[in-house]
Amino acid sequence: MADIRSDFLGIKSPNPFWLASAPPTDKAYNVVRAFQAGWGGVVWKTLGEEGPPVVNVNGPRYGAIWGADRRLLGLNNIELITDRQLQVNLQEMKQVKRDWPDRAIIASIMVPCEEHAWKAILPLVEETEVDGIELNFGCPHGMSERGMGSAVGQVPEYIEMVARWCKQYTRMPVIVKLTPNITDIRYPARAAKRGGADAVSLINTISSIVSVDLDDFAPQPTIDGKGSHGGYCGPAVKPIALNMVAEIARDPETRGLPISGIGGVTTWRDAAEFMALGAGNVQVCTAAMTYGFKIVQEMITGLSNWMDSKGHQRLEDFIGRATPNVTDWQYLNLNYVTKAHIDQDLCIKCGRCHIACEDTSHQAITNMLDGVRHFEVIEEECVGCNLCVNVCPVQDCITMERLAPGDLDRRTGKVVEPTYANWTTHPNNPMHREAPVQVPEPAE
Amino acid sequence: MAQGQFTDGIVAGRLAPPDYSANFSDLHPPLDQHEALVESDRCYFCYDAPCMQACPTSIDIPLFIREISTGNPLGAAKTIFDQNILGGMCARVCPTETLCEEACVRETAEGKPVQIGRLQRFATDVAMGAGRQFYQRAADTGKSVAIVGAGPAGLACAHRLSMLGHAVTVLDARPKPGGLNEYGIAAYKTPNGFAQAEVDYITGIGGITIENDKALGRDFSVSGLLEEHDAVFLGMGLAGVNALRAEGEEAHNVENAVDFIATLRQASDLSGIRIGRRVVVVGGGMTAVDAAVQARLLGAEEVTIAYRRGRESMNASAFEQDLAASKGVKIRHWVQPRRVLTEGGEVTGVELEYTSFEDGRLSGTGQTLVIEADQVFKAIGQNFVAAPLNGSGEKIAVEGGRIAVDGEGRTTMPRVWAGGDCVGVGEDLTVSAVAQGRDAAMSIHKALIG
Ligand SMILES: Cc1cc2nc3c(=O)[nH]c(=O)nc-3n(C[C@H](O)[C@H](O)[C@H](O)COP(=O)(O)OP(=O)(O)OC[C@H]3O[C@@H](n4cnc5c(N)ncnc54)[C@H](O)[C@@H]3O)c2cc1C
Ligand SMILES: Cc1cc2nc3c(=O)[nH]c(=O)nc-3n(C[C@H](O)[C@H](O)[C@H](O)COP(=O)(O)O)c2cc1C
Ligand code: SF4
Ligand code: SF4
Ligand code: SF4
Repeated sequence: MADIRSDFLGIKSPNPFWLASAPPTDKAYNVVRAFQAGWGGVVWKTLGEEGPPVVNVNGPRYGAIWGADRRLLGLNNIELITDRQLQVNLQEMKQVKRDWPDRAIIASIMVPCEEHAWKAILPLVEETEVDGIELNFGCPHGMSERGMGSAVGQVPEYIEMVARWCKQYTRMPVIVKLTPNITDIRYPARAAKRGGADAVSLINTISSIVSVDLDDFAPQPTIDGKGSHGGYCGPAVKPIALNMVAEIARDPETRGLPISGIGGVTTWRDAAEFMALGAGNVQVCTAAMTYGFKIVQEMITGLSNWMDSKGHQRLEDFIGRATPNVTDWQYLNLNYVTKAHIDQDLCIKCGRCHIACEDTSHQAITNMLDGVRHFEVIEEECVGCNLCVNVCPVQDCITMERLAPGDLDRRTGKVVEPTYANWTTHPNNPMHREAPVQVPEPAE
Repeated sequence: MAQGQFTDGIVAGRLAPPDYSANFSDLHPPLDQHEALVESDRCYFCYDAPCMQACPTSIDIPLFIREISTGNPLGAAKTIFDQNILGGMCARVCPTETLCEEACVRETAEGKPVQIGRLQRFATDVAMGAGRQFYQRAADTGKSVAIVGAGPAGLACAHRLSMLGHAVTVLDARPKPGGLNEYGIAAYKTPNGFAQAEVDYITGIGGITIENDKALGRDFSVSGLLEEHDAVFLGMGLAGVNALRAEGEEAHNVENAVDFIATLRQASDLSGIRIGRRVVVVGGGMTAVDAAVQARLLGAEEVTIAYRRGRESMNASAFEQDLAASKGVKIRHWVQPRRVLTEGGEVTGVELEYTSFEDGRLSGTGQTLVIEADQVFKAIGQNFVAAPLNGSGEKIAVEGGRIAVDGEGRTTMPRVWAGGDCVGVGEDLTVSAVAQGRDAAMSIHKALIG
């Protein structure tokens, strides 16, 4: 049996599945239920300064997009940080940590970008004996207008400064939560590292308008005829988050900086993908808000069975294994040639591959053979783009088959070369070089 | 008081009043909004969709389902009506299990086709419920067309012709329009007066006059029609019923299944319909199943379908056979009627002979069995009665017992078209009749406008 116990910055948890700072971790009641369900840790709903707490809207705070059968694919929210008294939160955190010593509890904090504010709150948090803090620099709505959240997260200098204050005023591990609402995620990550942060977590939600009410002509969720941009999360944001995690994991300046992966994690597989790209653990919000806490059971058994099947004994055996395989486009091997292949036994003859390729790609799939409905790849035309694989409703029905070196590519009429060749040496590249530039090996 | 199942002979009121409405309610209840959305999400929006190819009227099924899924049921209804103005009835009566749903790729994939028929009903119900008419008549062409028969073929032809600006007169021998939609289809497939509501919806376009109780061959002739009209369409269906050719079949209580069904369809109170305690239906098609099932639903204790071949040869689809079985009808294969047994003029049973298939021929084995019965329904097929065409001379050729037509529905007589059950092409289904009526209308239009 694989060992899925997690050690992130020395913070131990029975599994790498934490709940992200959000409604599921808003108060002791939820967190206790989450621990009962099996979650390894939680990042408590973001705390604010002492004094009157923020207020949330009293109308709808969520909007969504759905796939077939109304499966929730993306969630949008205009919620703020905790709207409960700081003292109440701190007392509950302390009690829950005492009752659940084997689980991780992280305090998420967002206070104004002033040294005294951070200096004031850190001892109060430390007193609860939770395992660490996460600096919320990510929230794209409501708080940013007050000069907090993503307003700070978008300015690397502020991130560095606040991280430094935190390292100065507490001995707890410091995680900086990054906003994706920037053009290059490496800048805030580097700033966090420079400030001495122990880790980064990402992503927070993405600024979004999820839909427009066509009767009232207002963004949704609509509050009294108006709407505001919110933060987008759930399965739809996973690809964006994965890319950002990979960018940080392979950036020479931040390589090795621990990462807590967040954004659309819904199944064990999503978690494994984040970790393969370099995340030490994952945090989950929308999936729990969609299905409840029980999903962690599927994540635990799924991850563990997959690890067993691959012979990974501990999480460290596969964490970061995909990072070296993330490269830049120019280094991709242009002598790697694939053709789509349709398994006729699995094909249900819906014709979607044909019309996708015919109308929008390379006219490389038949729809008839000898007057009979039949879908088959025309190798002379197929560029191996994978579109048909993506639109086919039957899993594994269309596969991409690699042409072996020496095989004839019937589209180009050329024999597939056994060598590696990329764009840097391609004759069409005005800046081409003679010898191919190899992918730089990541420093160990 | 209800007579109950165990009263011998043929009596009315076997059931308690509420049982009738329960038994004859919708066979496929309508999908509600939520169910329709869930089901429409299952459609893959296939290219050159197999379902569409399997539909005799070629409704653009992926398109109308996508319209439903995006909250546009009126758009969906129009997509349906563009091809099939009787899309509402077809949604209820089409044997989808042998048409669109059999071809659906999700039938191939997982044995569960998209429920196309029920989705079609959802969309057409929305439009018809809202009284939404999608078509306006083109400018009057000054041409007029006479249509004989107000069944699905005649109505589809009438609607299309009227849409194209022609004046249409439909003449039908029966007191009500609709053809077998009104007199033949099982009651539980089209409850609540839908057939007449649909006729009203179709004629809502205007320009269509329906005259009932007007029979070709009795009240008018084809040549007479041609004097007053520019073209004639014949959609007369099948007026005759095949004989059993069994001894004693003229006995009292041996009835045509179609007559029994027509009586049932026209009854305002089902408890007034007399039905036997033990009923034998001879035949193997949709009519046999409908008669047998409805006999059970009226309270007959024992209902047996006697069919002379095996299960796979039955014209009734597997779904229909299962339906019959689930309603408690017993289906006996490989038996043919030899004699109707009577006592004092009343039926007491049917003597059947076992059959087998030898040397490519069906023949009796000589062995017999007797099934007790007090009522027998004949359902071994309807036939086309050509006599009313007389007076048109030999010009309308009949081939294989049905009116001969070419690919556009033209008969051998100039200016006369035909379609539906009375012609020898396509299956005898509502939807095929609609397709033929519609296509004949296009051919007539072409001929009239030039
Ligand atoms: C019992 C039964 C159940 C059926 N169930 C189904 C089903 O579930 N699904 C399905 O798809 N199909 C079913 N069918 C078949 C379907 O009803 C027919 O294929 C369809 O109605 C044919 O349409 P039509 O317009 O050609 O003829 P019809 O519907 O038969 O209409 C012909 C019309 O012509 C009129 N007419 C006939 N002779 C004359 C005359 N001399 N002068 C004037 N008018 C005349 C008749 O009164 C009638 O109104 C069933 C048939 C029967 C008998
Ligand atoms: C309703 C809601 C409230 C949230 N509140 C916070 C918050 O207070 N602090 C924070 O750091 N992130 C907050 N988040 C962001 C989540 O912690 C998480 O980063 C994001 O939802 C992406 O993960 P997911 O795709 O698993 O939901 C919130 C998200 C939601 C949906
Ligand atoms: S891989 Fe691309 S080009 Fe080849 S058949 Fe599929 S869609 Fe067409
Ligand atoms: S998309 Fe897949 S199932 Fe559909 S026709 Fe193409 S190969 Fe067959
Ligand atoms: S075959 Fe089935 S899945 Fe494909 S378009 Fe028709 S109903 Fe939809």
